[in-house]
Amino acid sequence: MGKMSPVPDEVSKPFWDACNEGKLIVQNCAGCKGNDGKDWLQHPPQAACYKCGTTENLTWKEMNGRGKIHGYSTMYDSRIRSLQEDQPFIIAVIELEDAPEIKMFSHLPGTPVDDDVPVGGTVQVEFQDTLGTEQKVAEWRVVS
Amino acid sequence: MASTEMFPESRYRKTEGLGVWEHRGKVAIVGLGNSPTSRRWDGTLETSLGAWTMLAAQKALDEAGITVDDVDGVIACDKGMGDDWGGDASQGRGYFEAPYDSEDGLSGVSAHWLVKNMGLKNVKMTYHAPGCLSTALVAAAQAVGDGEAHTVLVVRGTGNMPGRYHQTPGNTTGGNGQWTNPWGWQLIPQIAFGFDQYCRTYGKNHDMMAPFILNQRRNGSMFPEGFYYQNRPDDLQITAEDYLASRWICKPMNMNDCDLPIQTAGAFLFTTAERAKDMKKKPVYVLNHVTQRGVVRSSLETMAETEEFSAHIARKCYEGSGLTASEVDVFNPYDGFTLFTQWFLEGFGWHGVGKGEALDFYAGDIRVEGPHPFSSSGGNNGNGRTRWWGHYDTVQQLRGEAGDRQVQIKHETGISGAFTPGHSDWLVLGTSPD
Repeated sequence: MGKMSPVPDEVSKPFWDACNEGKLIVQNCAGCKGNDGKDWLQHPPQAACYKCGTTENLTWKEMNGRGKIHGYSTMYDSRIRSLQEDQPFIIAVIELEDAPEIKMFSHLPGTPVDDDVPVGGTVQVEFQDTLGTEQKVAEWRVVS
Repeated sequence: MASTEMFPESRYRKTEGLGVWEHRGKVAIVGLGNSPTSRRWDGTLETSLGAWTMLAAQKALDEAGITVDDVDGVIACDKGMGDDWGGDASQGRGYFEAPYDSEDGLSGVSAHWLVKNMGLKNVKMTYHAPGCLSTALVAAAQAVGDGEAHTVLVVRGTGNMPGRYHQTPGNTTGGNGQWTNPWGWQLIPQIAFGFDQYCRTYGKNHDMMAPFILNQRRNGSMFPEGFYYQNRPDDLQITAEDYLASRWICKPMNMNDCDLPIQTAGAFLFTTAERAKDMKKKPVYVLNHVTQRGVVRSSLETMAETEEFSAHIARKCYEGSGLTASEVDVFNPYDGFTLFTQWFLEGFGWHGVGKGEALDFYAGDIRVEGPHPFSSSGGNNGNGRTRWWGHYDTVQQLRGEAGDRQVQIKHETGISGAFTPGHSDWLVLGTSPD
């Protein structure tokens, strides 16, 4: 897939650097807890905690790299020129096993484009090259 | 005149708990105007957004029976929805003599451009509003209510330049795009994903959208200001088979679920309820205005968030107007992607429609002659993309001047808004200020 390369900024750089190292990390506010009492995680990363608004407790937490397919749509006419050669393609929404409230996107490499995309199926993260730079991005492959 | 600022964020009604709007019934819409429509700009200055915005504004003044000298405020949605013209003479797209010597007047129309070129010499208040004309409309309601101006023109030109629309070139992407563009996630996949989630949750399917689409086109065939009525009446005669056979844009969204980008301009005239008594048209009173700016938890808007945003809009509309769902006669939510209209219908509970029931409701009698004339405007699917047809129709319905589209049920109150459940602005209107 002709993926555009993300250009990291000050806030996102740790996330993208981790992708280049084969790790999936998510921003964590050590001063907050979610409604379920678990760690407060947020993605995409932000300059301040989404919940308490402070910056001093922001850190990063590594995820286990597993998730499930929350849903999807199939793109036939994308505005993104670099992806147009690959149409139609799947754009799936992945929810992380460690933090279902966190969602990421995937083309589901290896999954055929048809009406049988396994919504609810388990996926495993992998890291793919992109077009413009050496930056890698998280992708997700169906494992069951 | 000082440069025009954005209408202050603090003056939009975004939250619940604000109570009945302090200016309920004290502001009225007294004029509507729309220019001709075309698929794209033909390159002549006579059909530029600037020229057509002035035309629309003059029509709105004529409806009210007032002149440019009576206007003391202008609020513009100053950017069109299409691409810029570009001003590149080497590409045959250079700028022109003043006042068409920049993007202003070509790909968008600012408040100061309109003031200068229409000779609105008594204007003391101008603002801009981003995104949709709806945002400018709610700003005008608040500004008039607050006494900042007494007679306010609200305008937008929404253009469509020659060439492919809104393409994203390049091999790198920064800013917010770093999280979405590598996968091609933009508004269209978001809407398609949301509809797919809806169908999975409630056991529905895309085929069930056909009655709504056909009814939108039917209503468009009775809307003389609309694009299809004026330019492509045959496209209003599509069958369910035509609808379902149109090509996928982002499955489950097909081409006929998308509104068509067009070139046109619209104007709405607001004034105080007191001044409205002396104007030509029957006033339509503003009972409330609402703004929605939803914040999502992660990378996209989930279905749970969409449903809550929709219900949140409705609660705010009802709270500030004092109306209940059963008291809303005309209902024109945005349909610019038809696949999100069900969220509004269910969120507002219009005609008792609950969660998961919208597509079954579409299969009933939603004709303007019938008992449930949902989206009597025909919306943007039936008239081309402006995002203001719903407001326009609601005013005409409440005046009793919607012609062949006139609903046969009681038409004393109405709600209209655009654009999405997460980001939209709404007017609650009534024939009575009380």
